[in-house]
Amino acid sequence: MSDTVTSASPRIATAFERAHSESRGALMPYLMGGYPTLERSLEIGRAYAQVGADIIELGVPYSDPLADGAVIHEAATEALAAGASVSGVLELARALSPSVPVVLMCYANVVFAPGVEAFVERLAHTGAAGLIVPDLPLEEATQTLAACDAHGIALVPLIAPTTPPERLAAIGARARGFLYTVSVVGTTGERSALPERFTELVAKAKAATDVPVAIGFGISTPEDVRAAVRAGADGVIVGTRLVRAAGDSADSAAAVAEVLSELKSGLGTDR
Amino acid sequence: MSESAIEHRFGRYGGQYVPETLMAALAELEQAWVAARADVAYRSELDGLLKEFVGRPTPLYRARRLSQQLLRPVYLKREDLNHTGSHKLNNALGQALLAKRMGKRRVIAETGAGQHGVATATACALLDLQCVVYMGSEDTRRQRPNVQRMELLGATVKPVQAGACTLKEATSAAIRDWVENVGSTHYIIGSVVGPAPYPALVRDLQSVIGVEARQQILEREGRLPARVIACVGGGSNAMGIFNAFLGDEDVQLIGVEAGGEGTDTPRHGAPLTVGGRAGVLHGSLSAIMQDEEGQIIEAHSISAGLDYPGTGPQHAFLRDSGRARYVAVTDRQALDAFRAVTRLEGIIPALETAHALAWTLAQSDGELDLVCLSGRGDKDLAEVLALT
Repeated sequence: MSDTVTSASPRIATAFERAHSESRGALMPYLMGGYPTLERSLEIGRAYAQVGADIIELGVPYSDPLADGAVIHEAATEALAAGASVSGVLELARALSPSVPVVLMCYANVVFAPGVEAFVERLAHTGAAGLIVPDLPLEEATQTLAACDAHGIALVPLIAPTTPPERLAAIGARARGFLYTVSVVGTTGERSALPERFTELVAKAKAATDVPVAIGFGISTPEDVRAAVRAGADGVIVGTRLVRAAGDSADSAAAVAEVLSELKSGLGTDR
Repeated sequence: MSESAIEHRFGRYGGQYVPETLMAALAELEQAWVAARADVAYRSELDGLLKEFVGRPTPLYRARRLSQQLLRPVYLKREDLNHTGSHKLNNALGQALLAKRMGKRRVIAETGAGQHGVATATACALLDLQCVVYMGSEDTRRQRPNVQRMELLGATVKPVQAGACTLKEATSAAIRDWVENVGSTHYIIGSVVGPAPYPALVRDLQSVIGVEARQQILEREGRLPARVIACVGGGSNAMGIFNAFLGDEDVQLIGVEAGGEGTDTPRHGAPLTVGGRAGVLHGSLSAIMQDEEGQIIEAHSISAGLDYPGTGPQHAFLRDSGRARYVAVTDRQALDAFRAVTRLEGIIPALETAHALAWTLAQSDGELDLVCLSGRGDKDLAEVLALT
């Protein structure tokens, strides 16, 4: 099984290996495609790469994002109002992929709309390395996983604190690229004081899979990042904090670069 | 299908397209429902409450002047005579009892017209459960009396300001709340929509409508109706009455959707009638309104309860299989039927129900019609009177 896992996502594996060889966690910022505008989101993505992002999680704005809290929901609504499209976001993936592995975060209906096979093929052509579908649990993922495996795209599954042990093992066995470990019972968004549970969550995740384990949801400070890495996470995903920074400032790229640099300080040994 | 099984799929439709966080809760709910419906104690508590608290069985009424005018017998299944004024309490009460069995003290619900919100708030008052109802801010405006009723009943009404501020966004907000509070909270979804096991669970709880109506019409007429007609938003009153007739092949099942300003415009709520690609909304694959890239399109209907771009997965299956037929009537036709039936029968129907009545009124053929009068229209007075 490890062979499949690695071959599906050599760039993702390499990114984690590099971070590991530098004794640090991988930095995995989330980018809302098309927010505030398509051009500015490309600048933000480039800023992520310059600061040292190991993997970029590129979000496709969606009308009904059930796994997202208010900040990302509102950003998606704004992006769509500003004319963001799936095609536009896939162009971002194409533009960013040469410098950093891109994993697309996209709700199921957007994947299904053109047909799973057609969507995954299109995604693969952009050079993207992976796909995360937050409303596609294991039971519904068979067809998408087959398409992703066929096109060299890592279908990254999510686990939550509510995932029972036997389910965790089944998800972990089918994980490609990395295992996305949701750190809280909740939607995306900044929260105070949650890292106590990281150690237990990461240990359970690691026991269930051969791929690297990344923690996300609710991580917004260098302290959170430090706690996640100390808990053994191979990578740390930060979303809402960066989307908020992008929205708050006229110079989104500079604002997110500053926030991301700070967060990076929590990752471990600096490179 | 074995007795313990709950359908996750209806043909290709249905499923569980939700964040991983909810998967354990859906499994817990399914187990709880399988156990509860086989449990004599649960069944008899629910049946007792349906009889004494809700007022079941509801009458089957042979509509006198409507039948005269249409030159055929038209029967109305009087769900409007349920406590709280609609069929919604059948489901809300069953699920609130289930929440109690599961040890969940907090209940959340979404509502469009407010009927499901009122029913849930009522069940929660009766069973001493904490209740939070999400409602689009456009709907809190046009269904003001129901907001006041919910608050009187002790529920917290949370207006949702996103998108078109109607039922779709209220449902999304309720699902997000559930993701945050899944340990303590049961989500009483109000229609035959959502991830499995909800479409089957809600249908089971609403199927009492059809079970009663089938028996009543056999007693009255000695035969089955030629057509069973019900309005369809998410489709719970329709599934509730259709279910008992699914095996009666000669009985036509007609679901009436919201045609809004016309199904030739983008402003309607008729995904089944219009057709097109299936898609995922609120956790299940079904007929939905979406654009080329899979973004959900806002629905439009004068009736808040039908103002929804999705529908129950079993309806999509019944459409494809040809067992049920789905049609749409416009805002205008529904308003006309609302007035006509009020004058003809002395019954003020809900605007949602008026869609089913409008279709029935427009048919010149037919021999024996059974219409689900899913709710009463007191809540709609301000909206209707403002339009004239």
